[in-house]
Amino acid sequence: MNRNPGYFSNQFGRPLTRRSALKGGALAAAAVLFGKPLGWASTDTPAPLPRPKARAVIQIWLAGGPSHLDTFDPKPEAGYDYCGPFNKPIQTNVNGMVINELLPELAKQADKYSIIRGMTHGSNSHETAAYMVQTGHDSSDRLVYPSMGAVVSLLRGYNAGYRGLVPPYIILTEPLGRFSEDGFLGPQYKAFATGGDPTKQPFAVQGIVAEGISTRRQGERRDLMHNLDELGSALKDDTRLVDFKQSEAGAYDMILGERAKIFDLVEEGQGMREWYGLNRFGQSCLVARRLIERGVLFVTINYGGWDTHKQNFQAMRQKLPELDKGMAALIQDLKTRGLLDSTIVWCGGEFGRTPKVMWEEPWNGGRGHWGKVFSHVVAGGGFRGGIVVGASDAKGEELKERPVYPWDLIGSMHELLGIDPDGTFPRIADGTVRITQAATGDIKSGGRLKEIM
Amino acid sequence: MKKIGLFLLCLGAIFSVAWGNEPVAPFELQPQAGPHSGQIDTFVFGQLKTLGIQPANPCSDAVFVRRVYLDVIGTLPTAQETVKFLEDKTPDKRATLIDQLLARDEFADYWGMKWGDLLRVKAEFPVNLWPEAAMAYDRWIRDSLRKNMPYAQFARELLTASGSNFRDPEVNFYRSAGSRDPKAIVKAVALTFMGERTENWSPEKIKDMATFFSPIAFKATGEWKEEIVSFNGFNQSTWAATTAKLPDGTTVELAADKDPRVVFTDWLVSSPNSPFAANAVNRVWYWLMGRGIVQEPDDIRPDNPPVNPELLAWLSRELVSSNYDMKHIFRLILNSDAYQLSCIPAANDPRGADNFAFHPLRRMEAEVLIDAIDQITGGKEAYSSITPEPYTFLPDNTRAIDLPDGSITSSFLELFGRPARDTGLLSERNDRPTPAQRLHLLNSAHIEDKIMKSEKLRTVFTSNPIPLQTATQLYLTILSRYPSPEELDALHAYSQTSESKGWQVWYDLAWALMNSSEFLYRH
Repeated sequence: MNRNPGYFSNQFGRPLTRRSALKGGALAAAAVLFGKPLGWASTDTPAPLPRPKARAVIQIWLAGGPSHLDTFDPKPEAGYDYCGPFNKPIQTNVNGMVINELLPELAKQADKYSIIRGMTHGSNSHETAAYMVQTGHDSSDRLVYPSMGAVVSLLRGYNAGYRGLVPPYIILTEPLGRFSEDGFLGPQYKAFATGGDPTKQPFAVQGIVAEGISTRRQGERRDLMHNLDELGSALKDDTRLVDFKQSEAGAYDMILGERAKIFDLVEEGQGMREWYGLNRFGQSCLVARRLIERGVLFVTINYGGWDTHKQNFQAMRQKLPELDKGMAALIQDLKTRGLLDSTIVWCGGEFGRTPKVMWEEPWNGGRGHWGKVFSHVVAGGGFRGGIVVGASDAKGEELKERPVYPWDLIGSMHELLGIDPDGTFPRIADGTVRITQAATGDIKSGGRLKEIM
Repeated sequence: MKKIGLFLLCLGAIFSVAWGNEPVAPFELQPQAGPHSGQIDTFVFGQLKTLGIQPANPCSDAVFVRRVYLDVIGTLPTAQETVKFLEDKTPDKRATLIDQLLARDEFADYWGMKWGDLLRVKAEFPVNLWPEAAMAYDRWIRDSLRKNMPYAQFARELLTASGSNFRDPEVNFYRSAGSRDPKAIVKAVALTFMGERTENWSPEKIKDMATFFSPIAFKATGEWKEEIVSFNGFNQSTWAATTAKLPDGTTVELAADKDPRVVFTDWLVSSPNSPFAANAVNRVWYWLMGRGIVQEPDDIRPDNPPVNPELLAWLSRELVSSNYDMKHIFRLILNSDAYQLSCIPAANDPRGADNFAFHPLRRMEAEVLIDAIDQITGGKEAYSSITPEPYTFLPDNTRAIDLPDGSITSSFLELFGRPARDTGLLSERNDRPTPAQRLHLLNSAHIEDKIMKSEKLRTVFTSNPIPLQTATQLYLTILSRYPSPEELDALHAYSQTSESKGWQVWYDLAWALMNSSEFLYRH
């Protein structure tokens, strides 16, 4: 099946192209998705950096871009035109660190996380901004890079003998959508999006947990399918169907095996479920914790609803309490279980929002897109807590100090995970494609987050 | 596989089938006894004979009807269409069906999708045509295919276009090159119309060809996202070339009042040194036969020679002499015995696939697969694009092969490897099966609901009182063939012993057939 070796060796100087990079290689056998060894020589993968501190990442993706002023960078002095009704930010358990008044539970956990107030990339377009923040690459490159989760699942998962029960990169519950998470790595490295709703019983994880089909019927109809497989028997030994058969075996391991139980929140008990919050976000945080406990490397909670062009403050009153409860419980629970030291919790969106409120029609108190400066939060996995990195100006409009570009942040996380951010993807274009963006020409860098690592 | 050693002596001329295998029901026919008549077959079977590779048996009518529908119109035959063809006793019924399918509207829909992949019709990142322009461009492409516009004219209209991206949609060719740099345009032109990758060219050759595309101007208008693409003339001081060198090395004079793109296009479509026609027929061959005569089909270069040079040369001449009639090329290939071989190899020879000794197995393309599932179940899909705002939504009876814009998508299409339309390379489409895809088909609520809640399937169960009729109808609908006695026995046993009762048995049958390799693969 290796129809296309030129892409690997790049011997004719051809470019690496999105999706073609690994496609066609026998290496990318379908079975890899579920943790069978990839069969790459271990020398292909750079050795991990010494003693990685982090093993896994939980990414809370605030899709649409939350207002930095209304969350982790409050500006009460800027007045009503900037902060609207939110003029009483609260003290956290770290002296001098204040956050929005609707985040009281997170205020009690501030010693465990740091706030990066100098995030910047300058783009106000959802797609370009999300691309940069998810991949750690500038969008000017011709290549379409994979998201950080796909990179981690390749380098710390498939290439490092990952043997978890479920795929190493999982999205709760819907795909990111703004761009394809696999980039040039190809669909084998795509995140597994669960679908379904974790507040429902059962949490019908797409493909794994089917409602209304008994285990007996699952088994019987599989036999029926095999008994009726005329073409398959005519081509019994044909190598062209090997991938197909292997992928079916992998699929049934998930459907009929123990794996489905990973997603069964009933095992957690009602008290635990209520602590995280009985809403999709809260229950997703709880599922994320279960997945990390069972060895998954990268979980993205795709939490939308932050694109508040209109009626921003009404939306914040609904969303912030959910975020507060779920994220605070997650951080505290990971800490109690001894998992926070090895698990990075990363929370943020593609950009911030216009600091000056648009009170006029048709926005009625809305906020637009703001890529000049915004905030992200990181906890655990080797990041120190209780520190504020960088700052915006008095009105939250301009970067005041310590810029942190998406590649600085993602590079820092890679470093904690034992991946060299300045290294290159193994076997791709003769090892010339970098893991994270280098600062060259117009592309700037603020350096990695040494102050909290 | 049992060989019966049906040996025919070949005298001088190319005789085809020297050996035969016992045909495998229901996929194959008895090997053809006489010589092959068509020119394509002379080349293909001649080469197989020289190499000593035994060709597969001819495919059965049931395999043929399914294959030719999927290949020509990207659409599954209905049960009715299948029966009509299978019961037709006229000897040239395959040729008749080919003509009928080439005349159908879905031909332009399906091939418009393929051309959209090559030409990168995509509103958003990284192509950034913008939605209205992508829609207009898509419509222009599909109209051209519907009219069967001569291929040389198709290329000329794209390459020499000037005007607004909304009102003169052909100009979007230049807007989809990824960059306005003449070298990026050269890359797109070479890939699309020459099947060549400029990464394999010398920098001088790229620079020389870029001369023809240097005076293109892109100007915004007062209308939101409208852009005028035009030949900027020689009055610009930045562009002072008076001669330029063509990719074959000849130097041409550039007249001050003549758009140099026209000079280039004249060479492209008519020079004997241009790979224009060979690239076109090679792509069609790849699309229908699963493998190019030059493979990869978009990587033509001196050190990647065609596997059958005479065949490629002959098809190229046919394209030119038919005045670039692409349907003529389709017709030649589809009517050949080579195209109509079974997918079951007669011999385990590793050179067989490269030399077209049997038909390829290809997983149905993402768009064709979901359309087929919806045709069987009467289901619908919602397609949307979430950037830019306001979001784009399409009517929920839109077929996936009709989607006008690579930015309009669904998670099913993404999962099943629809090309992202970022590069225009054929390898962007990924038809490789993965466990996540199998999970989705075997057990997702998405597919389960389509089957279990299908009114259309329920009508099949209720309108056929005799189980044999129901089973037959399901087989015709899903696999485009009649069930065998053994299959009916297996189904009967299932209905007696399984947990499923009543209609559940039929739902399970539909589910099992739709999850079989016979359904999921073009064979």
